[in-house]
Amino acid sequence: METKQIVYPGDKVDVDDLKPRNGMYENNSEYFSEYFGVVQKSEKFIDIAPFNSPYLPRANDKIIGKIMDIGATMWTVDINSPYYSLLHMNDTPWHVSSGDLGRYLNIGDYIYAKISVSNEIKESWLTLRDNGLKKLEIGRIISVKPPKVPRVIGKGGNMINLIKNETDTRVIVGQNGFIWIDGDVDNVSNAITAIKIVEKEAHIIGLTDRMSEYLKKLKGEN
Amino acid sequence: MPMDSNAVISEIRKNFMLESIKNGKRLDGRPLDEYREIKITENFIPKSAGSAMVELGNTKVVAGLKIEQGEPFADTPDKGVILLNIELLPMAFPTFESGPPSEQAIEYSRVVDRGIRESKMIDTSKLVIESGKNVWMIFVDIDVLNYDGNIIDACTLAAVTALKNAVIPGSKLGEKDFKLPVNATPVAVTMWKLGDELICDASLEEEQVSTGRITVTMSEDNNIHAMQKGEIGEFSLEEIQKAIKTSSNIGNKLREKYFR
Amino acid sequence: MESNIKLITDDGLRLDGRALNEMRPIKIQTGVVEKADGSAYIEWGANKIIAAVYVREAYPKHAQNIDRAIVKARYNMSGYSVEERKRPGPDRRTMEISKVITEALESTIVLEKLPRAEVDVFIQVLEADAGTRIASLTTASVAVADAGVPMRDLVVGCTAGKADGKMVLDLSKDEDNFGEADIPMAILPRTKKIVLLQLDGKVSQEEFDEATSMMMNAIPRISEIQRNALMSKYNVEEGE
Repeated sequence: METKQIVYPGDKVDVDDLKPRNGMYENNSEYFSEYFGVVQKSEKFIDIAPFNSPYLPRANDKIIGKIMDIGATMWTVDINSPYYSLLHMNDTPWHVSSGDLGRYLNIGDYIYAKISVSNEIKESWLTLRDNGLKKLEIGRIISVKPPKVPRVIGKGGNMINLIKNETDTRVIVGQNGFIWIDGDVDNVSNAITAIKIVEKEAHIIGLTDRMSEYLKKLKGEN
Repeated sequence: MPMDSNAVISEIRKNFMLESIKNGKRLDGRPLDEYREIKITENFIPKSAGSAMVELGNTKVVAGLKIEQGEPFADTPDKGVILLNIELLPMAFPTFESGPPSEQAIEYSRVVDRGIRESKMIDTSKLVIESGKNVWMIFVDIDVLNYDGNIIDACTLAAVTALKNAVIPGSKLGEKDFKLPVNATPVAVTMWKLGDELICDASLEEEQVSTGRITVTMSEDNNIHAMQKGEIGEFSLEEIQKAIKTSSNIGNKLREKYFR
Repeated sequence: MESNIKLITDDGLRLDGRALNEMRPIKIQTGVVEKADGSAYIEWGANKIIAAVYVREAYPKHAQNIDRAIVKARYNMSGYSVEERKRPGPDRRTMEISKVITEALESTIVLEKLPRAEVDVFIQVLEADAGTRIASLTTASVAVADAGVPMRDLVVGCTAGKADGKMVLDLSKDEDNFGEADIPMAILPRTKKIVLLQLDGKVSQEEFDEATSMMMNAIPRISEIQRNALMSKYNVEEGE
């Protein structure tokens, strides 16, 4: 069983032979945690996985974003991050002419997009030109804490597939913590409940089995 | 402040909400006229003259009183003074700013104040120490700590609870401390128009989708003491009448439950 | 500040019954402001203070630091928080406190990890009972950690001072008002480096040393309370 050591900001992290990677700072060749989180060791690396942290844009992440502002050639997009992202009119599947952006995406619209470029100062640019990327026309959007996204997806997608199948919904999980869900109203609210449980109990071992039982029970009640 | 995502509601979310409300159910499962869970913590600030924390779902407000001596207003020499002020703290919502009160904060303060004043909840003539010169001044300060809709109802509940608990420090004048004379229990019930329906106790998101807000404050005499139509939008006279009936019903229920 | 008021009883205890080096009870709770990225509420003696953190792009754009975050703590008092009603809004005292708290937090936040951002820390004093700046900083630091803002350490604050000729830890309201000195201090527990220090009153150099040593001894206990507050949201984990 995987052992999890909890650390607080300033706690010393024993790196042993592993290579320190995320969430630590170095001082006199010792390493200290920058977060309240858990120590995660892989074969080569050691990381601190924070319980909570803001989403920071990373190239190639597929995210869900919300249109916040329309400029002459670009949309400003909220990506569930301290930092806004930009979508240029040429990075869409449409033939958009300058000044006419609102016809395609309006303020408040959601998109499933990919971060094509991000830089050191956390500026980023989005694209809609790839398979499956699109404007999200229907459905509901919820958000989970960004560090919980891997648990919501589960190993090889097993958690999210379980939720989709058992609640009979369509779901897209953005790597930034925004999640799109569509289906019958009651099914959608069941899926939301399930995702919120995963977010809250992400650290509990055996969660997939418990979720499976929970969803079966929920189905029985309907 | 830059634009903030919390202040922008998406078209799909809006449609989903309106569709659901048309079918008599809100996104959180509540019927149209149902309040979220109300939690009132009386005497939250022991050192104030009266206080209450009110949680209405995730909306969280604290009201606290300070009672001091001061000069009465020139036109009411034989009345004490009640001053009520709501602060929409910047911690409560990303677009609330530090600095002087916004129009929104001032409107909310005045609506809450009107309900309390006009229902004659407090007999201010009993707050006179020396006519024309010295009266008890009651400062009702209300802080909004987390904003998730329906500030007016939450602040009225908090202010009324705090006033009901209030003690006038008569001992400072060598007399006895005495409870603030309370004659009525005003309850504000605010309704929002969503599609063709009226809903009570809107969440922030519902407020953002709504086209019009109407507050009706009534007391146990079943008279209307304050009304305020707010935000851009229209109501028919029938809708206003319906709002008054709803306020009366809900006001009675809340009074029964929290102010026995 | 000097006066004849008796603050230490004949059996060597303080007016509220505490020993000279005894703290008031402290309770911290996280996740109290749902809209914020992180938040914490502290009860320190009769102090009641709430802190909420928002992390966002600094605005307007020309106010951004291209290579690091800006920190802005704002200490604010409720009208009913003190004996005489406090008029809403900042004054010289609250502005100074905001500044020293901001600077203490800036020395622990890993600013370069959040270029162009602003870390807004809103502090609301609901009830004040001596030592609010230190209680504010202690809870603000938990709120920052709760928001997942990278930081080198959890700042811990404490006060000591002189009352009735004796050095005492964690001044009460009376000791603050009628005592001879008040020394608020905050440190980063790992390195024991001082990030906030003020003094108001009259102490000898030896008395100053006694005060700081009292505070240094108290810091681990306050740290523990901060950690438990963060952990309580995730307590299920401890069973593993």
